[in-house]
Amino acid sequence: MNTTLLLVQALNGLQFGILLFLIAAGLTLVFGVMDFINLAHGVQYMVGAYLGATLAAWTGSFWLGLLLTLPATLAFGLLLEFLVFRHFYDRDHLSQVLATFGVILFLNEGMRVLFGTAPMQMPMPAALSGGIAIMDGLLYPTYRIAILAVGLATAALLWFLVERTRAGMLVRAGASNAPMVSALGVDIRRLFMLVFGFGAMLAGFAGALAAPILSVEPGMGDTPLILAFVVIVIGGIGSIRGAFLAALLVGLVETLGRGLMPDLMRLFLDPSAARQTGAALASMLVYIVMAAILAFRPAGLFPARR
Amino acid sequence: MAFQDNPGFARRTLLAGGGAAVLAAPAVHAQGSAASAPIKIGLVAVLTGPAASLGTHLRDGWMLGMRHLDTKLGGRRVETIVIDDELRPDVAVTKVRAALERDKVDFVVGVVFSNILGAIIRPVTDSGTFLISTNAGPSTLAGRGCSPYFFTTSYNNDQVHSVMGQVAQDSNYRRVFVLTPNYQAGRDAVAGFKSKFQGTVVDEVYVPLTQMDFSAELAKIASLRPDAVFTFMPGGLGVNLVKQYRQAGLATIPFLSTFTVDEATLPAQGEAALGFYAAASWAPNMDNPANQAFVRDFEGVYNYVPASYAAQSYDAARLLDSAVKKVGGNFTDKNALRNAIAAADFQSVRGPFRFGINQYPVQDFWQLQVARRPDGRFQTETVRKVLSANIDPWAPECRMPVRI
Repeated sequence: MNTTLLLVQALNGLQFGILLFLIAAGLTLVFGVMDFINLAHGVQYMVGAYLGATLAAWTGSFWLGLLLTLPATLAFGLLLEFLVFRHFYDRDHLSQVLATFGVILFLNEGMRVLFGTAPMQMPMPAALSGGIAIMDGLLYPTYRIAILAVGLATAALLWFLVERTRAGMLVRAGASNAPMVSALGVDIRRLFMLVFGFGAMLAGFAGALAAPILSVEPGMGDTPLILAFVVIVIGGIGSIRGAFLAALLVGLVETLGRGLMPDLMRLFLDPSAARQTGAALASMLVYIVMAAILAFRPAGLFPARR
Repeated sequence: MAFQDNPGFARRTLLAGGGAAVLAAPAVHAQGSAASAPIKIGLVAVLTGPAASLGTHLRDGWMLGMRHLDTKLGGRRVETIVIDDELRPDVAVTKVRAALERDKVDFVVGVVFSNILGAIIRPVTDSGTFLISTNAGPSTLAGRGCSPYFFTTSYNNDQVHSVMGQVAQDSNYRRVFVLTPNYQAGRDAVAGFKSKFQGTVVDEVYVPLTQMDFSAELAKIASLRPDAVFTFMPGGLGVNLVKQYRQAGLATIPFLSTFTVDEATLPAQGEAALGFYAAASWAPNMDNPANQAFVRDFEGVYNYVPASYAAQSYDAARLLDSAVKKVGGNFTDKNALRNAIAAADFQSVRGPFRFGINQYPVQDFWQLQVARRPDGRFQTETVRKVLSANIDPWAPECRMPVRI
C-alpha cells in the first residue's frame, strides 16, 4: 500500500462521510430537538432518490429534477408528519419505533407498487460526468467532487441556520428544554413540524444526490439508516457539529478499514484466512469504534447542552 | 389478472375445487375424470422485498408459457397458484405445505433462491410431488442430495462461475482481481472461477452484502492494474458496482462477471454496463425460432426484456407440457411421469437441452456481452460458446434411484 493509494482511500472515506452527513443531519435534528426516534428517515432518503429520478426523467434535466426534489420531499415529509408522526410525539420511544418501522414497510412496498420491482436509474448531468485522474488509471468522478462540495456547503448552511438565526436558536432551545420553550410562548408543535419537514427534505436531497452513483431501489434507505444512527450517536444526539465530524470519522473508518484490514491481517494469518477475517473485521470496525467512543463519552463527542 | 395474487380469490377457487373433488369422489378411479380436472401448479417466486424483480421475471416467464400453451399442459387445463415466498424460508415452507395439502398441487415450479429451495425440497418430494426449479440449482441437490422428484431447468451455479474462469484462461489473462460479497455464494463464485482459471489471482476482496460505495475497492483495482476483474455482485450490489466502475474510468480493464449484469439489472445500469461480460446458458438474442417467439411475445405482453429467470420458467412450461402429453394426462404412474419429464422432449429457447443423471441440464454455456439494441434497450448478447454439453461437477456424486 503506497502513499498515493492511502491518500486516495482517505479522500474516498471523506466523500462517503459527507454523504452520510447529508443523511444524518436531518436525523440528528429530529432526534435531538423532538426526542423522536424516526426509523423512517431512511425511506425518506429513498423517496428522495425516486422523486429525483422521476422528476429528472420528466423534466429531462438533472438540475431541474434535483431542484424540484426539494419542495417535493419537503411536502412529503410534512404529509407524513401530519398523517403519522405528530400523533406519536407524546408517546414513548417504543411506540415511535413501531410506528416508524411500519412506515418503512409501507413505503418500501409502496415504491414497489408505484415504480415496479426493478431498480431505476438517474442519469448523471453531462457537465459533471467526467473525471479527474488522481492516480495512474483511476479517475475521480467530477460528480463525486460536486457531492463533496455540496456536502460542505450544506454543513456550513446548517451551522449558520442553527447557530446564527432566530429559528436556529429556537431549535437549540427546543433540544435543551422543549416545555420551557413552549412556556415562553413559542408554538412548539409548529416548530417540530418545520424541523421534521426540513429533516425530511435533507434526507430526500441526499437521496437524489446519491441516485446517479447508487442503485435506486426499494429498501435502498435501510443500510444508510443504520450508519446514520451510528453517526448521530457518536456525534452526540442533536448536534450538527457532532454529526458532521462523526460522519467524516465513520466514512474514514469504514473505507480505510475495508482497504487496509485484509492487508493488516496478512501480517498474522495466511492470505485466504486474512482476506475473510479482514473483510469481516472491516465491517465490524465502525461499531467497535462506536462502542469505544461511547465507553469514554456516553453522550457522544458533542452532546447538545441539556 | 389471470393469476392469483389475491389470497381471497385463491380461497374461493379452493372451495370450488374442494366441492368438485367431493362430487368426483365416486369416480376417482375412472381415467376420464382425472383428465377433466385442472392440473394445479404451485408457482413459487419472490414477489416482495429487494429481490422481487427476479421473482417477477420468473413468474412472467411461466405465465407467457401458459399463454402460448393456451393455459393447458398436454391438453389439460391448468390452474397456476402463485406463491410469494417473500425470500423467507419459514414463510415458503408454510405456504408450500398449504399448497400441497390444501390445494393438492400436482407440480411445484419456480424458486429463485437456493435457500428457499433448500427449505421446501423435503416437504415437496416427501409428498411424492415433482419439483421443477426454474432458477435455483444448488450443489447439494446436484450431488449426494439428488432426488428423483427434483428437476431443474436452470444450471448449477458452479458451472456459470467456471465459464468465466475458462473465459479468463482462453483470453490469456495472467493477473485477475476477484471481488465478491462475503457470504457462501460469494466464496463459491471464487472457487468456481478458480476451477478453470490457472493464472494469478492478484487479490481477492470480500465486501459486506450491504455495501453501497465501492470506491475503496476501485482504488485498489487501479493500483494493482490487473488484466481483468472477475466479480459476482447480484442485484443492487451489481448496479452500484457497475456504475461506479465505469465512473472511475476503469472500464478499460475487462469486467468479467456472473449474475451481475443481466436483464433484471440492466434497466438501472444502462450505458454504464455496455461491453461488460457475463456468462449464461441463454441470452435474449439466441437465434432459434422458439427463442425469437419467446422474446418477441414476452416484450409484447410485459413490456420489458426477459432475463434468464423468465427464459428458464418458460422452458419449464414447455417441458411439463411435453411430459403431460407423453403420459396422456395421467399422473398415477410416477415412474412414467418422471421418465416423461426426463426425456425433455421439447424445444428449449436455448437450443440443445437434455437432462443428466442428476436431472440437472446438460447444456452449452456462453460468454455474453452487454449491448444496446436498435430500440435503445439493453440486453446481454452471445459472444461465443465457452463450454459445450457441460455436465455440472457434482453429477458423479449423485446415486439416482432407477425407480421411485
